[in-house]
This record gives sequence, C-alpha cells and structure tokens, in this order.
Amino acid sequence: MLLIEDLQVKLGDREVLRHIDLQIKPGETHILFGPNGSGKTSLLMTIMGYPQYRVTAGKITFKGVDITNLPIHERARLGIGMSYQRPPTVNGLKTRQMVQICAGGRDVDVEGMAATMNFQDFLERDINAGFSGGEIKRSELVQLMAQQPDLLLFDEPESGVDLENISLIGTTISRLLQRDIHPEPGKSQLQRKKERTKMGLIITHTGFILDYVTADKGQVLFNGVLSCSNNPTDIFLCIKEMGYEECVKCQI
Amino acid sequence: MPDLKEKAREAKDKKAAIGPDVDLASFTAEPVAHAYVKDLKTLPVIDQGRLIQAGIDTSEGGRSGTYIQMDTAVVHAHAKQEGLEVIPIKEALKKHAWAREHYWKLVAVDADKYTAAAELNLHDGYVIRALPGAKAVWPVQACLYLDKDNISQYVHNLIIAEEGSELHVITGCATSPRLKRGLHVGISEFFVRKNAKLSFTMIHHWAEEVMVRPRSVGIVEEGGLFLNNYICMKPVKSLQMYPTTHLVGRGAVARFYSILVGTPGSEMDVGGRILLKAEETRAEIIARAITNGGKIINRGDLIGEVPGIKAHLECKGLILNGGVIHAIPELQGQADGVEMSHEAAVGKIAQEEILYLMSRGLSEEEATSTIVRGFLSVDIPGLPPQLKAEIDRAVDLSSKDVM
Repeated sequence: MLLIEDLQVKLGDREVLRHIDLQIKPGETHILFGPNGSGKTSLLMTIMGYPQYRVTAGKITFKGVDITNLPIHERARLGIGMSYQRPPTVNGLKTRQMVQICAGGRDVDVEGMAATMNFQDFLERDINAGFSGGEIKRSELVQLMAQQPDLLLFDEPESGVDLENISLIGTTISRLLQRDIHPEPGKSQLQRKKERTKMGLIITHTGFILDYVTADKGQVLFNGVLSCSNNPTDIFLCIKEMGYEECVKCQI
Repeated sequence: MPDLKEKAREAKDKKAAIGPDVDLASFTAEPVAHAYVKDLKTLPVIDQGRLIQAGIDTSEGGRSGTYIQMDTAVVHAHAKQEGLEVIPIKEALKKHAWAREHYWKLVAVDADKYTAAAELNLHDGYVIRALPGAKAVWPVQACLYLDKDNISQYVHNLIIAEEGSELHVITGCATSPRLKRGLHVGISEFFVRKNAKLSFTMIHHWAEEVMVRPRSVGIVEEGGLFLNNYICMKPVKSLQMYPTTHLVGRGAVARFYSILVGTPGSEMDVGGRILLKAEETRAEIIARAITNGGKIINRGDLIGEVPGIKAHLECKGLILNGGVIHAIPELQGQADGVEMSHEAAVGKIAQEEILYLMSRGLSEEEATSTIVRGFLSVDIPGLPPQLKAEIDRAVDLSSKDVM
C-alpha cells in the first residue's frame, strides 16, 4: 500500500504540494487530473524520490516502510517505478542495456519484451536519443516490463502518441497493472481481480487513457491541493463540461 | 643514410612546437639486453599481465602476428599469416630496399629533438606490412614495453598496407611494475595504398613518471581507409602527440577516435590533424576526454584543400573531479564547396541522467559509472568485432579506476 499523509513539498522556494493525503491500496489504480502547473508531476517525482522536491512536512509510507527520506534507488528496489514524459538521453547507453539495468540482474527476455511494443529496432540505439514522443513512451513501458514494479507512476502516458500506438500503450499499461481481461484456466475474472496486487497512479490530460485502463478512483490536483476524489469517469466528464475551477468546488 | 644523421644532429636541440620540453639527457639511452622469447607464455607472469592490459594476447590465438620489444631489444617478431610481414626495423632496413624507401618518408627527421633523437639512438621498432591483396584474418599485435627504470626508448615503426590489402594492428605500450621513470619516443609512418584498409588501435598503459612523445604521420591513397584508434586511460607524466594524416587519393577516408582519461598529475596534449587533399575524401575525428584531476589538451585540426570533401570533428570532455580539459578544435576550408563541421563540449555528468538511472534501481555510484562508460563508448564503423571487444575491455578495466 502507498500511504501519503499531510504531505507538503517545496521545489526551490515554492510550495508545490500542500496537505496531500492519498491512499492507494494493493490492486488499485488512481487517475490524477489537474490543470497545467497544479503539481501533478511534482507529486509523482516526490513519490519516486527526486531530491529537488523537498518534503517539508508529512510522510510517505510504502509497503509499511517510511520512505519519506529514502534515496531514489532504494525506492526503486522497494518496488516503485515510473514512466517519464521526457526522460533524458544517456549517450552511449544502449536501450538494450537500459532494459537489462531495469531487470536488476534478473534474466529477462529483452527481445521478447521489446517485440510486444514493436521496439526491437531501437534496442541498439542510445536510450532516448532522438526518440519521438511515442517512441519514448514505448521505451519507458519496455523498461517497466523488465523492472516489474509494484507501484507504477505514469506521467501523461498518452502525450505525443499517435492514434496508431495509443491502444498499444493503453493495453500495455492495463496489463502492467493487472487490469487486462483475458481468460486464465481455472480462474474466474473475479478471482483475477481479487488477486490483483499492482498499484497505479496515472496522470492524464486528455483522458484518452480511460478508454483502455480501468481505474478505481480519480483525484483532482488543483494549486498543489488534492481537491476532489471520485469516480474517474465522473470527474473527467465534469472537467470536460465545466472546467477545473468548477469541478474542484465539489470538495469531498 | 648519412643525410638523415646529419639532419638529425642539426635538430638535436630543437624544441617541439608544443608540449613541455623533456630533458633527454636525464634518461639513459644505453641498450638493454633481453633474450629473444619463442613462446610468449614463458614471459614472467607479472609482465604478461601488463601485456594483456595493453591488448596483447600472449596465447596469440586470435592474432596474425606478434612483435614485442622490451626496452631496446626485440624479444619476439613473427607473422603467422601468408601475405603479412612483421620484421624488426633494423633488420628490414638492412635487408630490404622497400623498407629504406619508406623510412622517414612522411615524418621529418628534423621536425624536433625527439625525431632527431629517434634517428640518432634508434632502438629498433616494427615494420608491419600487408602485401598487395592480402587480407589479414586476425589483427597483428605489437607491444613496446619499458622495463628498466629510467630508460629512454627510441623506436621507429612502419605500417604498410599495400594495394587492395586489409590490415589490422593492435599495439600496446606498457611499462613493467619495476619501472618508475622513463621516456618513450616512437616514430610511426603509415602507408595506406590504393583501395587498402588499415585499422590501427593503440592502447597506452604508462606509469606516473613516464614521458611520451610519439610522432606519427600517415598517407592514404585513392579509395583507402585508415582507422586510427587511441586509448590512454592510465597515468602518464606527460604525453604530447599530434598525429597527422594526408588524404591524397580520390575517395580516401580517415577516421581518428581517441579516448583519454587524465588522472591527477598527468598532462596529456593529444591532437589529430587530417589534411583532405583530394576530391571526395572524408575525415572524422572523434575524441572523448575525462579528467579526475589531470590536465588534458585535446586538439583537432581538419584542413580541406579541395572542393567536395567532407570532414567532421567532435570533441567531448567530462570533468569528474577537478582537472582541466582544454578543447581546441580547428577547421580550415581552403576551397569552395567543402563541408566541414565541429562540435565541442566540456561539462559534468548531468544530475538528471544519474537520477533517471537511480529510479531504475542503480545506486548513485553505479549510475555514474554507467554514464561514464556510455560517454566513453563510441561506435567505430568498420572496426572488426574482435578489436571492438578489445577496446571495450580496456575501457571497462579503466573506467572502474576512474570512479
């Protein structure tokens, strides 16, 4: 479980997150809505452990461990993984090596995982070097497949992705979060749902991802404050019709 | 060759254009005897270890030939493949007119006091030649080894890829653990004849009090390809070199790659100059420099003399923990229609990259060394996979020390 209690975060001198309370139980996926600059990425980066996001108050607990001051790689090893919107290029580091790094010494079928994202041709290229928006997303997902985190943070997974790839990316995220529907011998879909352990927190702007990934809850972040928690589809419709300002008035 | 001796004597006090001056008289130039070794496996284990680090395979399994010189004496020289020749230069100059014709053909004997001293004190060196049409299956390996403390080693090498041949050379320079101080002066002349292909990979492995002054010039004829890789990741007191290549035939190509690591107390002044003198010639100079306390001057000079040439220079430096990197890229276009470019950057490791890798589970140290390793790896088109592996191995061994 991920438990965030009364979290306050500063980036430089600016307070970017205020009094955040959030709980994601095993098997749950939450969608994070919010206008530009509302602090969505800041929340993900704080959970991942980026040191420039300074926690000034509150606490983050993951799997029962207080991770508020844990360095980023220890959080990764504890099972937190992130899909970035604009990750940096690392010159000379091949995508194949990066996927192996994600596997953390486990023997993984890099080729096979890349194949599911039509990404084999990129394995010998430097990671993120000259990748388009959609290619970055596919690369990030291949990395997460190898990393197998228990809590997956997605920063706008559909941005910059063309229509052809959006369903591939959507269904892959759904699979990573154990939310895909497929027959499994001797197991009902209900049983599969009950056994779900993966947790997800997905930032979306457009809501397109909701066509592919089911979610348990939607959260609206506005001016650094979590202002609304509701059914994600309801929230999305409300934002679409009324805008964020109106939507956050119905504080729960 | 009385002419050469005369010219050399006249230049014996002529300081080099760049680099700190070396007092040659403070080193001994007296010949040191070492017995010829038939089987490299019989060398002392400690020396074998040093040779392996400098890229020498003592089993000779994947090699077409071997040349090893310790101090002033040739301890091994032979070619395993038909069409290839590996001969000590003193012997070659005595026996073969063609060797004499190539000797001091490209490098001027009176260029500076180092070239002059190499002529006056010649302590052998190698001649490696691929006969016309010969294709080397494996690289030829050569090693110039400094063993005796305070020695000065003066060598002269000729590397000749005759018309239509293919030759790969891996050469390592190393010092024995016994040696503290020394001087290495090496003259190298490269001849890449019409449609020939030569790759020359040099791995330097010196010691903290060693001075190094290589002097090399190459020539590439029509359709020829010259790949020149240089790796120096170990401490050295002072290294200064400015290898130069002339592309004289239509479509000739030269590519220089260098990887330099400057440790505290080391001073490296390494350049590369390529003159594009014929149409459709191509040149590329790519350098990667890392310092963790040493001083590195990285020069690159491309001179396009005729239209229709293409040349690119890339020089990237990373300062990890103090030290200086001075990048001096130069381009000279002397005709309409040349295409020349350069790219130079000196900086530090981006924090963003470290954090990205850490979020995939690497510790900060692991992330940093992964980035350094990536920075040092350059793709070298046309290099046989075996040599690529050799370079990777040298970089892996040394990048651990860098951290």
